[in-house]
Amino acid sequence: MTVNLTLLIVMGVMFAAGIYLLLERSLTRVLLGVILISNGANLLLLQVAGRAGLAPLVQNGVESEEYFDPLPQALLLTAIVIAFALVSFMLALIYRSWVLARRDEVADDLEDQRVARQEAYDAEEDAPVIEETSEFIEDDPNEDYELVTRPDTERRHGTAPSSRTKASQDRRRSGSAEGGRTDEGGR
Amino acid sequence: MTTMLVVLFAVSIAAPIIFHYVGRRAFFILAGVSAAGLVWALTYVPDVLSADQNALAGQPNAPPEETFEWIPELGVELSFRMDALALVMSILILGVGALVLLYCARYFPKGEKAAGPFGAQLFAFAASMLGLVLSDDLVMLFIFWELTTILSFLLIGYSAHRIFARRSAVQALIVTTFGGLAMLVGLLWIGELAGSYRLSEVIAAGSELSGTAVDIAMVLVLVGALSKSALVPFHFWLPAAMAAPTPVSAYLHAAAMVKAGVYLVARFAPGYHDSSFWLPLVLGLGLFTMLVGAYRALRQTDIKLVLAYGTVSQLGFLIMINGLGTENAALAGLAMLLAHGFFKAALFMVVGIIDHNAGTRDLRVLSGLATSQKPLFWVAVIATASMAGLPPLFGFVAKEVVFESFYEIAELEGGWGWVVMVGVVLASVLTFAYSARFLWGAFGRKPGRDTTIFHHPVDGVFLSAPAVLSVVTVVAAFYPAPIEALIAPFSELFDPAVAGESPTYLALWHGLTPVLGLSVLTWVLGALLFWARRPVATVQARIPAWIDAARGYRAMMRALDDFSIWLTGRTQRGSLGYYLFIILAVATISPIVVMLLSGMDVSAHHIVAEQPMQMVLGAVVISGAVGAVFAPKRFMAVLMVSLCGYGIAGIFALQGAPDLALTLLLVESIVLVVFVLALRSLPQRVWTQSATKFKLGRAVLGISFGLVVMAAAAVAMNSRVADPVSLEYPWMSLDVGHGANIVNVTLVDLRAWDTFGEITVLAAAATGVASLIFVKRRDVQRRNISEVPSGSVGRILSDESLPPRQIREIQVVRSFATVAREAWLVAGRTLAPEHRSIIFEVVTRLMFHAIVLLSIYLLLAGHNSPGGGFAGGLLAGLALILRYLAGGRYELEAAIPVSAGALMGWGLAVACFTGVLPLFVNGQVFQSFYVDLTIPVLGEHSLVSSVLFDVGVYLVVIGLILDILRSLGSEIDVRSEQDMLSSSDGGHHVHSETSLGVAR
Repeated sequence: MTVNLTLLIVMGVMFAAGIYLLLERSLTRVLLGVILISNGANLLLLQVAGRAGLAPLVQNGVESEEYFDPLPQALLLTAIVIAFALVSFMLALIYRSWVLARRDEVADDLEDQRVARQEAYDAEEDAPVIEETSEFIEDDPNEDYELVTRPDTERRHGTAPSSRTKASQDRRRSGSAEGGRTDEGGR
Repeated sequence: MTTMLVVLFAVSIAAPIIFHYVGRRAFFILAGVSAAGLVWALTYVPDVLSADQNALAGQPNAPPEETFEWIPELGVELSFRMDALALVMSILILGVGALVLLYCARYFPKGEKAAGPFGAQLFAFAASMLGLVLSDDLVMLFIFWELTTILSFLLIGYSAHRIFARRSAVQALIVTTFGGLAMLVGLLWIGELAGSYRLSEVIAAGSELSGTAVDIAMVLVLVGALSKSALVPFHFWLPAAMAAPTPVSAYLHAAAMVKAGVYLVARFAPGYHDSSFWLPLVLGLGLFTMLVGAYRALRQTDIKLVLAYGTVSQLGFLIMINGLGTENAALAGLAMLLAHGFFKAALFMVVGIIDHNAGTRDLRVLSGLATSQKPLFWVAVIATASMAGLPPLFGFVAKEVVFESFYEIAELEGGWGWVVMVGVVLASVLTFAYSARFLWGAFGRKPGRDTTIFHHPVDGVFLSAPAVLSVVTVVAAFYPAPIEALIAPFSELFDPAVAGESPTYLALWHGLTPVLGLSVLTWVLGALLFWARRPVATVQARIPAWIDAARGYRAMMRALDDFSIWLTGRTQRGSLGYYLFIILAVATISPIVVMLLSGMDVSAHHIVAEQPMQMVLGAVVISGAVGAVFAPKRFMAVLMVSLCGYGIAGIFALQGAPDLALTLLLVESIVLVVFVLALRSLPQRVWTQSATKFKLGRAVLGISFGLVVMAAAAVAMNSRVADPVSLEYPWMSLDVGHGANIVNVTLVDLRAWDTFGEITVLAAAATGVASLIFVKRRDVQRRNISEVPSGSVGRILSDESLPPRQIREIQVVRSFATVAREAWLVAGRTLAPEHRSIIFEVVTRLMFHAIVLLSIYLLLAGHNSPGGGFAGGLLAGLALILRYLAGGRYELEAAIPVSAGALMGWGLAVACFTGVLPLFVNGQVFQSFYVDLTIPVLGEHSLVSSVLFDVGVYLVVIGLILDILRSLGSEIDVRSEQDMLSSSDGGHHVHSETSLGVAR
């Protein structure tokens, strides 16, 4: 096949500019990046269709090879209209983001950052528990397992205790006044 | 067999309903079903015993087998086979199952709500276990295996409100699933090596297979077996699983589930016991487990844990003997398996009765039950004695042949054989000691303790279950012949240890043999050990637990937690840009690697451009793209991107694609308008609130990505040799699609499915836009135009921010706009005078109908000349945009008084109708047909049905644009007017009498 250098370079520039804009924080620029990339992809499809030719309107006495390949054209037409719908949808998203948060930029996900900083200690898995020696005790000897002090603090992520641990400590302080009811049940 | 399994699972599903109506008595029904199952299994006895155990399915005299195709592509079948081993296991599973279910009927209190789900799970477990032993397909085997794991998890976690139960359940699940996954790999591997997933064929192929691959696959299979049967280093889950209700311990953790590992070893032993790692693993870990378990059992103070560690020990024992791979060992192995099932299930049930009635299982607290609960005591004595290997009980009978098998190997092999023999005897001594400890602990009188009081008398039904098992233990000892007959066909699969030697047999008395001497030795030493229990306990307390697998497991899980948090923190940073950067970097680098590795060839014939004009347009597009990157203002950047679009439309036109050029031109124009409409409320200049970092990195990535795409495109075009498929399209277009425009025919006929999918996407996108803007209710509430006051739309209410000159302008403009007649557009008067443009209104008035007509022409003529549904629809949409821009939202309503949703719905319906219609005339979906018509004046025409499809496309596209206009146009108008109204409340108005509120 013949490579058309002009189309090749134009496509490369479209992709380069599109990727640059796509990595921006501003939503509008991201959208413009998407448009440029989709146009770049359109050019890619156009090139692989081959050399320029006659418009694909069937005429008598014209060989198939003389038309500009119609199949990529059908794909391109679909792509153009879909891209239009996509752009409209993203515009609505940008508007919504502006109305709700007065910002039109990609924000970092705080929840993700919180997850990354959390500590590995989990009372459900790590709190020490008392072995139960009968199925028929009414009170659970490990009822307050979440309040048990942590056995160790080695190799933990994050320095500040989590809010849940704090709350548990508070509960524990208030609960200690009730006496060692759980101890009686447990042993 | 299949029927039986289906029935069992069906009963299990129905169980909660039965429990709802009859309460805990439903356990009787379940026990009955299980007992019926036992009878069913027994009916197979004659067939199985007379069958040739080696015969594969289809061969003469093969054991009963049922096969149904399931996933033929993967060679997976629903295949069940009842051979001797499966029969022995089935009898154990169904028999003990019936007794445990019977026992449950008294174990749970009358009104227990959770009994329904529990009963269902326990019964489903029995069914899964049966399926496991009957499966003759590796994949089915694995599925049932994991089913038992999951049900075990649910059953251990019965007291889900308690952390102890939850944690034990999770631990058991993780350990056994780990083993199960290793086993899956092993099973699939061995299946591939053997060339069949049929278990019986895999075993038969075992003697011919050898090599490292087989050895490793068998190690993986063994890992599954060892984890399920709680061998060191996986043993710790079993004692923890004692958090389960005691019936579960009796069934799953004594008789059935933990035996699945033993079963697997016994199943694979005939074919694979001589693979390299088999004996070292089976004997080494088995012996170690046997010793560790028994040693630990001696230290426990909870009688259930004494049994649990005892079970761990016995499982090691069972794995050893079943894995040994001689004829005698096979007989001994299955006999021991049955004996263990009988006595251990009985003992767990005894423990359950004690716990149920005394409220504790602590052997330091329990006292004097031997005298106060005589029947219970004697049941326990029989079972315990069987566990300790005392005559005249079945445990003794089985243990004798086990000893004999090991003795035989020791004599034959010397060295390690004697190590194993000594180890087994030593562990049996410990077994005797912990058996005594159990009996003493549960029933003995402890000094200084009052006799333990039972809250209720022990019910007959309650006691009957362990009692039956104890009776079986005694009877089987005196009449072992039936059991031997059952096992013999299986043990005959193995060679005797010494060729030509006649096999041993089950009996209470084999004569005065060395093996009997060993048994007597274990009793004496065991009794001594028990007698000296105080000094032994002191010594035990001094020795540190030098290996603690449970601690190791916790450390491993913690390390896993830490690692996963570390990994999450490194990879999931919450920044979309970061993710995108990584993804694109990978997308840039990997094609480079591939191209470099495969040798890039871009030496193809190339041209600079088709014609000079192409280069000019290319320059325009490039400047647009570069301009978009550097544009300081939002709309400037949008215009630059539009420039690119128009440039590309030009390139399309030059290349020979008029349809594309037309469509892209229309789309670019509409996008430009939509951009302005959507972004008008956003600030002009401010791009971002935070400074954009990392410019260089983004630039480098962008440019490299562009270069990679160029290279990839060049390589791809260079390597293309085949003719395009579309060479057939011109004649297909004419003869099949009856249209000259190949692109259009492709869209509406040749590839109509694609287009149908696409317009569905369009409708979805439009709905998305509308829902983002309207949030609650789609489309505007329609109002009669005559009700809307003149000049009310978009009126500037506050003049505080405006310069005085502009205020004067507004006043002048308003003084002209007093006429309430509809000059050019229907709703032009509703616009505030300062927003009106008479020229625009006049032009719109003149052009609108012409544009709409043109769009219809494009739609109908598109089949033969450039155009079609998409282009037509877009043009019609452009006409609507014109009306909206010139006359405001009421003008839009007047122009097209239907909802966008209805338009798209009708469009889709029409397209769908066109697709389905041919079905009624015996055609295929989307097949087109045509009629030739001669219409006066217009001449000869051929009407093609696919044009109707294009009409659907046309309607959907109009609906899409209408939805966008109503959302991003009208609705945002209304909202910004409301905002303006609320912000100017109390302020000075240009015309105070016009504060009429915002008209919708």
